[in-house]
Amino acid sequence: MKRYRHAASGILVPLAALAFWHLLSAKGWVNATILPSPMQVLTKWWAYLRPLEAFDPSQGSYLKWCFTGELIQDAMGSLYRVLLGFAIGTGLALPLGLAMGYSKVAYGLFNPLVQVLRPIPPIAYIPLSILWFGLGNPPAIFLISIGAFFPVLMNTVTGVQTVDSIYLRVGRNLGASRFTQFTRIILPAATPYIFTGARIGMGTAFIVVIVSEMIAVNNGLGYRILEAREYLWSDKIIAGMFTIGLLGLGIDTVMSRLSSRLLRWHRGLEQG
Amino acid sequence: MTAVTMNPGSHISVQGVHKVFQSGGQDVYALKAIDLEIARGEFVCLLGPSGCGKSTLLNAVAGFSLPSSGHIVVEGATVTAPGPDRGMVFQEYALFPWMTVEQNIAFGLQIKGETRTAIQAKVSSLLDLLHLQDFRKRYPKDLSGGMRQRVAIARVLALDSPIMLMDEPFGALDALTRRNLQDELLRLWTELKKTILFVTHSIEEALYLADRTVVMTYRPGTVKRDLRVDLPRPRDVASPDFNALKKELSMLLMEEQSRHEQDEFRGAAVD
Repeated sequence: MKRYRHAASGILVPLAALAFWHLLSAKGWVNATILPSPMQVLTKWWAYLRPLEAFDPSQGSYLKWCFTGELIQDAMGSLYRVLLGFAIGTGLALPLGLAMGYSKVAYGLFNPLVQVLRPIPPIAYIPLSILWFGLGNPPAIFLISIGAFFPVLMNTVTGVQTVDSIYLRVGRNLGASRFTQFTRIILPAATPYIFTGARIGMGTAFIVVIVSEMIAVNNGLGYRILEAREYLWSDKIIAGMFTIGLLGLGIDTVMSRLSSRLLRWHRGLEQG
Repeated sequence: MTAVTMNPGSHISVQGVHKVFQSGGQDVYALKAIDLEIARGEFVCLLGPSGCGKSTLLNAVAGFSLPSSGHIVVEGATVTAPGPDRGMVFQEYALFPWMTVEQNIAFGLQIKGETRTAIQAKVSSLLDLLHLQDFRKRYPKDLSGGMRQRVAIARVLALDSPIMLMDEPFGALDALTRRNLQDELLRLWTELKKTILFVTHSIEEALYLADRTVVMTYRPGTVKRDLRVDLPRPRDVASPDFNALKKELSMLLMEEQSRHEQDEFRGAAVD
């Protein structure tokens, strides 16, 4: 009973917002070109989602046909860039972060450069990325990797540096080699930080993918909503924005599920 | 200072050990001229107020922080580093939270490079020995303090080290759990014939457990009194003999405690 009431109160505010939005356009208070009605957006969203051409068995399976809609293609393009960029950024940040956290020498060598580069927003790399990589996926993936790189790096460094020394003492007491200390104690102890970094990095990567598609790529959700503006298709812009929101929510949900699964030993996640 | 020769009956021999820390440009003697012979199979408690250096001495025996001068000789060899021959049970349990109970116990055996079957058999028997079978797949966060300390003890027992070092292991437990684990520890000690060096600030705990109770002074840490406890086990904490010893140790400890407090007041005044 309580749960239903909780769920009911959760949709109250969204419903009210929707009703208000509907009222605005239904009464003609706002120009429909600037703010289309919710129904109009939904219709456009469906048109954007469904396949452009009728099902033709000679072109492949039904499932494949289902994915030929423009929106699905855009979303998959954006997702591909996010995942690849994130993988590259994390793949570089993780080993460097582990080295910097573990070794004072590595920290001394790399930290000055990291501190100089870190405050540069990934978006500021856009001109350079186009100059270096031209247009299309390469500059976008470059920008996304930069977006993911620094959060993962900083959190990994902190994670390794703040490993409770008692665990290392236990390790030495049990006779662990330096290698075992690193792989069985330092690395797992740092994972909560690393996961936090990955989640922030993924968030940044998702912001950067939309921006980079607006500038350097000619497909993807970011490109599509900018393109819609050229035709004054505000309904498509809003439909695209909701899709971006849903995709972001989906990615974050997967990330948090994954981390609570892998960190089920962690105290902070007891209520998770 | 005594000569550096090993007493033939000794398992752990602490010889003229000093430990000096720098504090505010001054030398602070955490340990001063400590001599201590601990026989094989003996259960010795180090007793004293906080800051008396009892944990410092234990850490020196463990090899975590070596003496500034003097020697600690274990099994005829001078201690230079921590090692699995001197398993330690820490005050804060210090279980690896990312490992389950059985993984925690198995870790030392994996380091030793024992085979999978040998590890399984040993872990299983330790789980039995410490009544942990039902908790083998649990993570430390899901265990009570008493259970965690059982796991910590099992982890050290897995090493098969002849010496067990214990740093106020039961300090954070409630009275009932504490007595329970004390009895358990005595049972294990009798069964497994370990040499135990046990740090505590509880007089009753020291008298309940130890063959010998070594009272230490507050700064510089020296041996104030080395008391043999000859009461038969299981010991009755309500018996007149027990209480006579308790009273004697209380007097000694109170002197050190008041020196400690004076020092703290002085420190507060300077701040």
